[in-house]
Amino acid sequence: MIAVKDLSVKYRSIHGEIQALNKVNISMGTGDLYTVIGPSGCGKSTLLYVLSGILTDFEGSVLIDGKPVNPRTQRIGLILQNYGLLPWKTVYQNVMLGLKIKNGSTTLNEDGHYLLKQLGIDDLLKRYPKELSGGQQQRVAIARAFMLKPDLLLMDEPFSALDAITREEIQELFLATWERNPVNTVFVTHSVDEALYLGRKVAVFSPSPGRILEVVDNPCFHQDKRFSDDYFKMSMHLRNLLSKG
Amino acid sequence: MISVQSRDKWQGALYSLVVVLFVWWLVSWLFRLPIIPSPVAVFLNIAEVFSTKMEVHVLYSLGRIIGGIALSILIGVPLGYLMGAFAGVNRLLSPLVYFTYPVPKLALLPVVMLLFGLGETSKLIMIVLIVVFQIIVTSRDAVMSIPQEIFRSLRSLGASRLQMFTEIILPASLSEVLTATRLALGTAVSILFFTETFGTEYGMGYFIMDAWLRVDYLDMYGGIVVLSLMGFFLFTLIDLIDQRLSSWR
Repeated sequence: MIAVKDLSVKYRSIHGEIQALNKVNISMGTGDLYTVIGPSGCGKSTLLYVLSGILTDFEGSVLIDGKPVNPRTQRIGLILQNYGLLPWKTVYQNVMLGLKIKNGSTTLNEDGHYLLKQLGIDDLLKRYPKELSGGQQQRVAIARAFMLKPDLLLMDEPFSALDAITREEIQELFLATWERNPVNTVFVTHSVDEALYLGRKVAVFSPSPGRILEVVDNPCFHQDKRFSDDYFKMSMHLRNLLSKG
Repeated sequence: MISVQSRDKWQGALYSLVVVLFVWWLVSWLFRLPIIPSPVAVFLNIAEVFSTKMEVHVLYSLGRIIGGIALSILIGVPLGYLMGAFAGVNRLLSPLVYFTYPVPKLALLPVVMLLFGLGETSKLIMIVLIVVFQIIVTSRDAVMSIPQEIFRSLRSLGASRLQMFTEIILPASLSEVLTATRLALGTAVSILFFTETFGTEYGMGYFIMDAWLRVDYLDMYGGIVVLSLMGFFLFTLIDLIDQRLSSWR
């Protein structure tokens, strides 16, 4: 259970205060997959920073399973656009980083092996990130997040730096991994197609200061119906919402 | 790729050595002056006097330079890290570092010797005074150039300050600190030479100047060669450590 209530965030800058988020409310059941879509600068990333416990200066309440966000006690997986891998660690060390910090353990169990195999990185373990392609690096980041068995998985436009073909591959891979390990996920994207393909629910944000315009139950989740009526209707609906703001 | 690079480096070193020795030999052969002995005579002399006359001086110089550099790292790296990690500390210390950086610290030698005497302390202080600034600035910049995303992804994992330090700051900055140390080494050897001409009867600086005054040119050149080799040895040592620790680059 993730419960966000009246979340407001203000940034102080040289131009005075900037309201990044304005009374955002979200309630997620267990094993839910939300995509969050909105124009640039609408505070999507700010929302993730609050949920991940990086940003602690906010109004309102954010509860994970009834407790305030605290990365020390909760397991939060974060996948960023530029992968967030440590360049001085091998793939193996990167994948195990979350577990090392959480449990102090650095040995791979059977589940872990399976995960690496599924993501197709089990033979890259000794390499350094600079020796991998963007797609491979993102697989490593996904492996690191799922390895943690997180209470909450946060993804900030994770696939936007990949080329179109790799992106579709990784989207598919991510969904397959997620369906085997259905953790609460908030997936921020700026692509309507990605939001519809990956989100069981789609939250549409207004331009800054960000608030949620509508949370849409998405019938097109994980279905390649890009030419179906449903898909077309949903897509039009989202685009309308976004353009009206 | 790394092995090719380091083989190139070794070939480069060998090539330079051959060129330098050849030019030296050519000059000595052309002029035939006692103040320019041939490299062959100098190397034969080194082989002869190293264990009897030179060794103790080499050990003194080596001790001073390693001590000076170790002290500079012990002082400079933590200071640089603090400045890189905390904006407040940086605001406080940055102007001091910038203001004192261009001051020719070698000119402070008389002051340091007045305050700390003619002994080992002054010599160490001189080396530290000159090397430490480079190390402070490099470690600070290394920390500041670590992308925020890397800190964020660890913070979201609930990493403690200590873990942030051991997992991020230390490995990210290590290579750059080693590079700065290596570059500072050349300066450190020069300062060492200078300080060893005062208030000591040990060290390569003393050995070279003493041979000069005794008009023993073979010893003098031998001293210069050994001091240079010492610098080269330390330089290469740090380079090897750097390569070993930074294979991820």
